Amino acid sequence: MMTAANSSSSADVTVIGGGLVGLAVAVGLQDRGLQVAIVDEGDIALRASRGNFGLVWVQGKGDTCPPYARLSRMSAQRWGAFAAQLRAATGIDVQLEQRGGLYICLTEAELEHRRLLLEAMRTALGGDYPFDILDQAALRAKVPEIGATVAGATWGPEDGHVNPLLLLRAMAQRFADAGGQLLTCGPVTLIEPGNGRFVSYAGTQRIESERVVLAAGLGNRQLAPQLGLFAPVVPNRGQVLIAERVRHFLDYPTGHVRQTAEGTIQCGDSKEDVGLDCGTTTEVLATIARRAVTMFPLLKEVRLIRAWGALRVMTPDGYPIYEQSTEHPGAFVVSCHSGVTLAAAHAGPIADWIATGAADPNLSLETFHGQRFNL
Amino acid sequence: MANDSTFNRLATAPATSVTLWIEGQAVKARAGDSVAAAVLSAGLGPSRTTPVSGSPRGAYCMMGVCFECLMEINGRANTQACMTPVEEGMQVLFQQGARQPGEALV
Repeated sequence: MMTAANSSSSADVTVIGGGLVGLAVAVGLQDRGLQVAIVDEGDIALRASRGNFGLVWVQGKGDTCPPYARLSRMSAQRWGAFAAQLRAATGIDVQLEQRGGLYICLTEAELEHRRLLLEAMRTALGGDYPFDILDQAALRAKVPEIGATVAGATWGPEDGHVNPLLLLRAMAQRFADAGGQLLTCGPVTLIEPGNGRFVSYAGTQRIESERVVLAAGLGNRQLAPQLGLFAPVVPNRGQVLIAERVRHFLDYPTGHVRQTAEGTIQCGDSKEDVGLDCGTTTEVLATIARRAVTMFPLLKEVRLIRAWGALRVMTPDGYPIYEQSTEHPGAFVVSCHSGVTLAAAHAGPIADWIATGAADPNLSLETFHGQRFNL
Repeated sequence: MANDSTFNRLATAPATSVTLWIEGQAVKARAGDSVAAAVLSAGLGPSRTTPVSGSPRGAYCMMGVCFECLMEINGRANTQACMTPVEEGMQVLFQQGARQPGEALV
């Protein structure tokens, strides 16, 4: 498949993948004075960044992995400044709202299970993990439209949501305005390490750089071994259901339903292992709709507008992969399924790690090495 | 107001006349017309303001694609008026911004 490259460029860092993960890392690297090229597959990419739910989410994340809980929380805490920075640079308001979020539990058993999970997390994190358990009455006080049969909810004060499409656009614009090269030239097929440099090939493009960052989502699986890295990511499908714009009624995002700044209702949170199929099924969409109406009965007569499937980038344990290659220093892998929540971390401390090669020890990045799946 | 319309009916075969109520005003239409056609030929509108910017809109594509013609028809908000045939006594209201979710249906 290799053809002679007829277009050549160079940069300090090549980022493979121009989705939310690659763009966030790239703008962070630009802030640290580096010249960055992003090689992006283009519109044919299986792009989770276009299909995701838009939550900036803390509660319950990392229930079996305290470093992931800390990473998610740290990123959420940096999100306000990150959104303000994007707005100042691009004029784009990514519609960040971070006034807390709800995980709604339909049954008492579900609520109890969730309470135990969050309490265990608080213990594992030395007591520093804010959440509240809301019974039906307390939940109703926050959301008067809640269904009468709902048991309650857990409340995460640091949770929020953004418009993920505006986030993608804002970061792309910020990247281009700062002089970044966005090369849309099909999938990267080969990365050659040698003499402390990396040459990446995509279509007829050849890009040479001192560092390379794999942020290619599901594509990382094939690319990582070329650099002595391991990223056994697999697709996990989520289906999303969109209803028409209605008058604002929901002040907080929930794990299953949110209302966007324009009034659109977005419902989701299905999980399926169906390979590279990003289609939808009536059965799953019906379950999503039924759950949404149980939570918010006023949605019963609201019209559905569209639906889609999108593929999460999942590791076997659900946690991210951050690793620098020991075989080829200067090659990094960044894989996660929470490109929205973690965007602020990726543009901040993760970009620091890639720029300097030294990670802040508080990030516990050794926890996230891909080699953990190779034991 | 009805005389302001720039939409004029071409001479065609006669059809039954239907009376519907648009914003409380009795309007005559022809059986088989869409509600959007009845609104336009009566010279009424704009028939909604958008949920996001509040700018005024009227029916545009007349074939179910653009969703500019959303109106409250017989109590049902956000109905595509260009895809809804007129009926005797039909109640049509213009919309301001986003619909209220959960509003009572007739």
